[in-house]
Amino acid sequence: MADATDLALAAPALADLVAGVPGIHSASVEFGQVVARTTRDSLLAVMRTLRDDPRLAFEQMMDLCGVDWPERAERFDVVYNLLSVSLNQRVRVIVTTDAGTPVPSVHGIWPVATWWEREAWDLFGIVFSGQPDLRRILTDYGFEGHPLRKDFPLSGYVQVRYDEDRKQVVNEPVTLTQDFRNFDFLSPWEAITSLPGDEKAFTARLDARKEAKP
Amino acid sequence: MSDTAVTGAVANARRQTVEYRDAINFGPQHPAAHGVLRLILEMDGEVVERADPHIGLLHRGTEKLIEYKSYLQANPYFDRLDYVSPMSEEHAYVLAVERLAGIAVPERALWIRTLFDEITRVLNHLLNVTTYALDVGAITPSLWGFEEREKLMEFYEAASGARLHANYYRPGGVNRDLPAGLEERIAAWAETFPNFIDDLEELLTGNRIWKQRTVDIGVMSAEQALAWGFSGPCIRASGVPWDLRRAQPYAMYGRVQFQVPVGRNGDCFDRYLVRVVEMRESVKIIKQCLAQMKPGPVKSLDHKFTPPLRSEMKRSMEALIHHFKLFTEGFHVPPGATYAAVETPKGEFGVYLVADGTNRPYRCKIRPTGFAHLQAIEVMAKRHMLADAVAIIGSIDIVFGEIDR
Repeated sequence: MADATDLALAAPALADLVAGVPGIHSASVEFGQVVARTTRDSLLAVMRTLRDDPRLAFEQMMDLCGVDWPERAERFDVVYNLLSVSLNQRVRVIVTTDAGTPVPSVHGIWPVATWWEREAWDLFGIVFSGQPDLRRILTDYGFEGHPLRKDFPLSGYVQVRYDEDRKQVVNEPVTLTQDFRNFDFLSPWEAITSLPGDEKAFTARLDARKEAKP
Repeated sequence: MSDTAVTGAVANARRQTVEYRDAINFGPQHPAAHGVLRLILEMDGEVVERADPHIGLLHRGTEKLIEYKSYLQANPYFDRLDYVSPMSEEHAYVLAVERLAGIAVPERALWIRTLFDEITRVLNHLLNVTTYALDVGAITPSLWGFEEREKLMEFYEAASGARLHANYYRPGGVNRDLPAGLEERIAAWAETFPNFIDDLEELLTGNRIWKQRTVDIGVMSAEQALAWGFSGPCIRASGVPWDLRRAQPYAMYGRVQFQVPVGRNGDCFDRYLVRVVEMRESVKIIKQCLAQMKPGPVKSLDHKFTPPLRSEMKRSMEALIHHFKLFTEGFHVPPGATYAAVETPKGEFGVYLVADGTNRPYRCKIRPTGFAHLQAIEVMAKRHMLADAVAIIGSIDIVFGEIDR
């Protein structure tokens, strides 16, 4: 692939370096990017090391986001994408949490984290401890629920309109003039990538795809 | 009012110290708020004590909607994020999909992407610089700039069929090849455009009023800019030589020569200067793209990911099946996650894409550039005059389509 080739080359060395940081469970290379996993308790110490160690020097937190996996015991992944401008490297740090357990806030390390944490709270209901400004950010004033959770319906629960008689904006339960349609085009033939007993064909296809890359 | 009452009032005013602190609503219906920003300013007289932006008034739930669409259907949402630089946003998304699915992109498509990324950069900077000038009181630049933008949007239209919402970049390449004659038209434009930048600079760069309004306003030091997650022209204006096109080249940026302008003071004026120089550099890149582009396929020939030619579909059953499957079910992306970032005109725009092996993204997090910049207005506008807050908003180049998602 033409993009970020230099990064991909340096990734294994960086992964080894990151794996050596106390508090990191595992660090691996996925699609040429370093992914590290840690726990909530060691998060702050890990983040401080990642920023302050001169071999890592992740001065910037570019992104923080949640990912919802409802079937897991700790359903949320909190994903931090860090960038080092001086050493030109990236790392992704992932911690897991559930709806009730707070994740320590990193706004003391990177002040930019405040809005990202507000966003994760707003959209997923992930709580950040030590964050003094955990207001909603993207949804409406007075909104209830966390819309990016997988169990939140796409059409939501309330709709907003201006009531001419009452001269104010009112929230009402959603009424759809046309039934909500969720097209499922997933054909079983393509979706099953490896049939039982046919794993060889599947791995052969993956290898062929890898070779096809320039 | 009688004379005695007036002297009485003046005497009273002299005697007492007035504690005047009030909050005002700047926006969401203010023309200088660049869309639907509601900025709550706590004022101490004319001085901003605290700025608290309320965003989300344009929140459309793009990330949620994408989870319900196939990978191809999700593409047009990216035009609608930052509607001033549509194709650059698509670029981040198609890079993420290509990386996860392992799609190879032909060379000509990469050149076209580089070319249109730079056209987009000029398109964006023209709008930003000129409306920023409009916000601080200069009307002429925006009248001139919009005429130039119109020419660029014609190139957009010729390539993609739409002036704004292009939906032109696709996983595996671009939607279709450039029409005959477009390359010559772009080349002709690239010859004349530097003259326009000269004209624009004559209006602004040395202008006394413009400098009074922007120099030393909203200063961000390099350390602050790093901590507040700045990127793009804003971080470069603060003196950090950082450009993703140079540092982590994607598309064909590794094969073109360009300069990365870096400012020194991190104030509103430097952010303007960086953008102006970037437009000149973009023209250089556009010329190099046109010189190095060769005819060839513009999308991957793996028809699991890109549609086959119409003419093939009339003859080949397999092509017909590919077309049908692609536009109903879409393609499957193997499980995995990646973060793809590109240097959009505003800065780093990232897409964190999580695939679960089906035909739809499991999660698509969009990292809007302006989100981080707008948050920092809290530090930038502190102890500035109210009118300076307007200049700061103009200089950080925010578009609510992308911030609110």
